[in-house]
Amino acid sequence: MMKPLCQKGLDKDEFSALIKQVHEIGKTVILPAAADVDSEARFPKEGIDALKEAKLLSAYVPADLGGMELNITQLAKVCEILGQYCGSTAMVYAMHQVLVACLVHHSLGDGYFRRYLKELVEEQRLIASATTEVGISGDLRSSICAVNVEGDRFTLNKQAPVISYGEDADDLMVTCRRSEDASAGDQLHVLLKKGDFELEHTFSWDTMGFRGTCSDGYNITSSGHVQQIFPEPFSEILSEAMHPSAHILWGSLWIGIATDAVNKARSYVRSAARKNPEGAQVSSLRLAEVATTLQEMRHNMYVSVKNYQEILEAGDSAAISNFGFAIQINNLKLSCSELMVDIVGRSLLICGLSGYRNDSEYSLSRHIRDSYGAALMVNNDRIRGHNATMLTVHREG
Amino acid sequence: MHSEKVREILDKNGRLSSPVPDLSDDSDLYSAGLTSLATVSVMLALEDEFDIEIPDNMLSRKTFESISSIVETVNELAE
Repeated sequence: MMKPLCQKGLDKDEFSALIKQVHEIGKTVILPAAADVDSEARFPKEGIDALKEAKLLSAYVPADLGGMELNITQLAKVCEILGQYCGSTAMVYAMHQVLVACLVHHSLGDGYFRRYLKELVEEQRLIASATTEVGISGDLRSSICAVNVEGDRFTLNKQAPVISYGEDADDLMVTCRRSEDASAGDQLHVLLKKGDFELEHTFSWDTMGFRGTCSDGYNITSSGHVQQIFPEPFSEILSEAMHPSAHILWGSLWIGIATDAVNKARSYVRSAARKNPEGAQVSSLRLAEVATTLQEMRHNMYVSVKNYQEILEAGDSAAISNFGFAIQINNLKLSCSELMVDIVGRSLLICGLSGYRNDSEYSLSRHIRDSYGAALMVNNDRIRGHNATMLTVHREG
Repeated sequence: MHSEKVREILDKNGRLSSPVPDLSDDSDLYSAGLTSLATVSVMLALEDEFDIEIPDNMLSRKTFESISSIVETVNELAE
């Protein structure tokens, strides 16, 4: 069961100073590396190192454990800003924060995990996730592998088709069945620390977009102490922390990517207007249109984040397990991932061939390729299917 | 030092109701008929003339309130 966790967040002045700092890191470190991260499909090391330096990997950890204690609204804003500079860096950061959210909301009552979070703060450890498994076609709520407990030790082996930045992470969080005789949906979440696990590379990540997330496949072999197994079932961790925070933080960085595309379109229109100040061009009308859609995307996000934050502050388990909330978060993901393609595509029409080129300051190549990935990571059809099922019984209001 | 150029640009793009030569450097341009839409044309012309880009945080009513405030902005950006 979730407990009320009222993360107070930074006050207004502290948060504006942080935002300024994130923009600075974005401009001076992340953006200059973005093209190389994309073309080489390599881990965005310099960006993540700079975020570690700024202690941003523990941004969501409560202050009494040494973290920055941002609330979810503020964390979403940080992801949005990172998205404006490099989709892959922002995605790595957001995926890590989703796991931190699972820890923060589901393990603070436990001495081992509290100590782990302190270590995370001190050492700025990066955590990767292994939820999907070969043979279950992307369903997070089923596992084939099982944790094998003997005395106070466990062993756990998993064939993971995708572990984003697996080789560059310090630690891993892995889902599995409770035991060899448990059903596919009776899952636990296990924290594996560096040294507990070995990765054998199986699949490469050579994709259109989000290339720097390095989401290769691996076979995991691991062992550890039983205290590394989360006390609560994975189903609760998923519905209360992982599902909402993933779609909020991913959606926020997609807003960042869309914002950058619209900003490029705007500079293009401005530069064209400077050369030819006579009256409004077609492109400036298109800019006005795409700005409306970006605002819709953003406002949709703000309402969902506000709702989630209120639920967290109240520790309202009933509200969070309600179909209505799950449907809202699913709709947020569907809508953000689809609007992103729309917004980036329309920004490309505005920038024309300058946006289509790879070597122009208005290039939208990376934005376009990243944007098509959003509907596929947790496939929109699967999510829409879940909503279809829930909506046959759920009534608004 | 850019005052003359700024006056020329205002005359051409500002769509003011009072003639520019009648205005002092400190006259309120909004009272002289400057609209927010006209500031866009003025801004684009300034950017073109002085080869500058006016950042978002300067796109305020205050920046365009008088000839001297515009000149000040241009001086700051053209450094």
